[in-house]
Amino acid sequence: MSKLGDTVAQKHGAGGSAMRALIESVFVAGLGPAGAGLAAMDDGAAIPVGDRFLVLTTDSYVIKPLFFPGGDIGRLAICGTVNDLSVMGATEPLGLTCAVIIEVGFPIADLERIRDSMRATCAEAGATIVTGDTKVMGKGELDGIVINTAGVAFARRVVPDSGLRPGDRIIVTGSVGDHGFAVMAARHKLQLQGALASDVAPLNGLLRAALAAGGDCVSAMKDPTRGGLASALHEMAAKGQVGIVLDEACLPVRPEVRAASELLGIDPLHVANEGKAVIGVRADAADRVLQALQAHTLGRDAAIIGTCVAERPGSVILDTGFGRRLLAEPEGELLPRIC
Amino acid sequence: MSAETGGVAELKFRDPRRARELTAALARLVEELHRAPVTLMHVCGTHEQAIARFGLRTSLPPGLRVIMGPGCPVCVTDLGEVDEGVALALQGVRIATYGDMVKLPGSSKSLADAQAEGAQIDVVYSATQAVELARVTDEPVVFFASGFETTAVATAAILLSRPPANFSVLSAHKYVPPAMEAVACLPETRVEGFLAAGHAAVITGYGLFEDFARRHRTPVVVAGFEPLDILAALVRLLEMIRDREYGAANAYPRCVTREGNRRAQESLWRVFEAADGPWRGIGVIPGGNLQLRKEWAAMDARRRFRIDVSGLQQAAQSELSRRCLCGKIMVGLVEPTDCPLFGRQCLPESPVGACMVSSEGTCRIWYQYGGRPDLGGTA
Repeated sequence: MSKLGDTVAQKHGAGGSAMRALIESVFVAGLGPAGAGLAAMDDGAAIPVGDRFLVLTTDSYVIKPLFFPGGDIGRLAICGTVNDLSVMGATEPLGLTCAVIIEVGFPIADLERIRDSMRATCAEAGATIVTGDTKVMGKGELDGIVINTAGVAFARRVVPDSGLRPGDRIIVTGSVGDHGFAVMAARHKLQLQGALASDVAPLNGLLRAALAAGGDCVSAMKDPTRGGLASALHEMAAKGQVGIVLDEACLPVRPEVRAASELLGIDPLHVANEGKAVIGVRADAADRVLQALQAHTLGRDAAIIGTCVAERPGSVILDTGFGRRLLAEPEGELLPRIC
Repeated sequence: MSAETGGVAELKFRDPRRARELTAALARLVEELHRAPVTLMHVCGTHEQAIARFGLRTSLPPGLRVIMGPGCPVCVTDLGEVDEGVALALQGVRIATYGDMVKLPGSSKSLADAQAEGAQIDVVYSATQAVELARVTDEPVVFFASGFETTAVATAAILLSRPPANFSVLSAHKYVPPAMEAVACLPETRVEGFLAAGHAAVITGYGLFEDFARRHRTPVVVAGFEPLDILAALVRLLEMIRDREYGAANAYPRCVTREGNRRAQESLWRVFEAADGPWRGIGVIPGGNLQLRKEWAAMDARRRFRIDVSGLQQAAQSELSRRCLCGKIMVGLVEPTDCPLFGRQCLPESPVGACMVSSEGTCRIWYQYGGRPDLGGTA
């Protein structure tokens, strides 16, 4: 039996270390280092074309429920791909593809609602769907609907997720944990106080502003989706061979998210965001980039949350105000605590 | 929203400025004692969670060691008790139990292994849920109950509320005070004071520890679970050690009284009696197990079923589990990082020892939060 086990488990899709192990041992090892993106396991691939790079990314979307507070699967499918391009430094999508696989019996009205949402989100992002594909499968052969989108965009300079250096500041573009807790509450019908809503949004405009302000001083970017901020930071720390020290008091967390996290015993740093980016910036440009972010509607709550250090490369250390501890990387799926 | 309103500082018992005053007081007190290290023990997984979650150990003075004792009920559940649950499950009896119990290794099998062989195991979040399962079926349902005073009271309340006839209890409940006794009696112990768990003391009252503290000349302070609760209790404990004040003090007065919750105590002792029993890795603790009284024989799975564990206990102990240091960790003689298996062969997804299984286990918590790494030096 391989280290992965005999069959794919839920944890292999949760965005943590188990998922990375699956991708590394099955796909990256098996498909070879041909593409710059695949071997580097970045958010997308960068193909040199003349003096620029063509950035290419693809993602499939499944979510329960399909419609949740703050968004739906259609908005998610556009934002996810636009954001994966944007964090590579490619903020002006040339075109998106959209492939939809639908289960027999799926309501046409829901399909139209999803389409309208995709159209509206494309308009927000300045993106266009240029080609697509539709398949229908039998009852029970999939659960409702699966959407795949891919996107291409040019970048003059590719921003990798491996570029952190000691001294760099870490910026997060807004409150963390909103999407994960909103979906969890909707899925499990939790009666939680306050208005939990997903943050799902296209980030290309916001990140264009950050890149305009920071230029080459923007050293690394990533969108902390599945696995949350903790997973994204672990990956950035490991690839950049730096330690990251976070100041917990500076982390923007909405009060309703904090309340839900204390109740369920799930760390907001471990749950997905769909409208946030984490950005590494050289120290002297950090304030400039922060101001540019805060001037944008989607970046009002942006904050400098930490610093990169040379010690303990690959680890993420949380300063709680009472002391310090390691921030664990989630392994697999998150479960509410028992007691 | 600003960073301030979203931060932890708004919470009354999470004020980092007040915490710094308390850690400064701890440093002064350790200095006054003229000996280091001073070793204090807490006996509660929830305390360890809070200490690790807030990184408190990195701000304690170097001359102060705060270690976790036998405070994780899942970790001290004995191999033999797991074997009983597994044997019942393999005999076809439906088992309801808390989630952490499922992965806990027995002599040769865990409940999860039994489940993979087709046994019916239901994870429940409370004793009430186990009874609800029994109400909707005719087949026998055994609640494999674990935990200290806090959950034992819940099990007692269920038995006192006339559960259906197909419901019974396999008790792995433990009683903490005798385990503190055992640690205090170890010849090699370095523990000079105990932090007692606030939630258990809500039931038992802090007066329970007065006699213990006098006899062992070891003060006991009851503590809550917020960072400031814990630090304030540690300050009180060091003051008592300095002043040779061998009694019990209450640093959690917003919840705990000297007498405790009399009604809960009455329910507990109407249903349970203390009996000598083995704690995993530690040995037999006199009066450490809570077993059902004879009057409740009809609800006692041990009396109701013939449980044959012989098939499970013949397997030789694995080489790995012989090297496991959980027992010494739980009585505070060594730390998880002293164990050669920790973080190598023994991991949360494949635990060798019980302390790596439960989210309240010392090894699991140290693995997740980094234990006591020297993180202070990083810029």
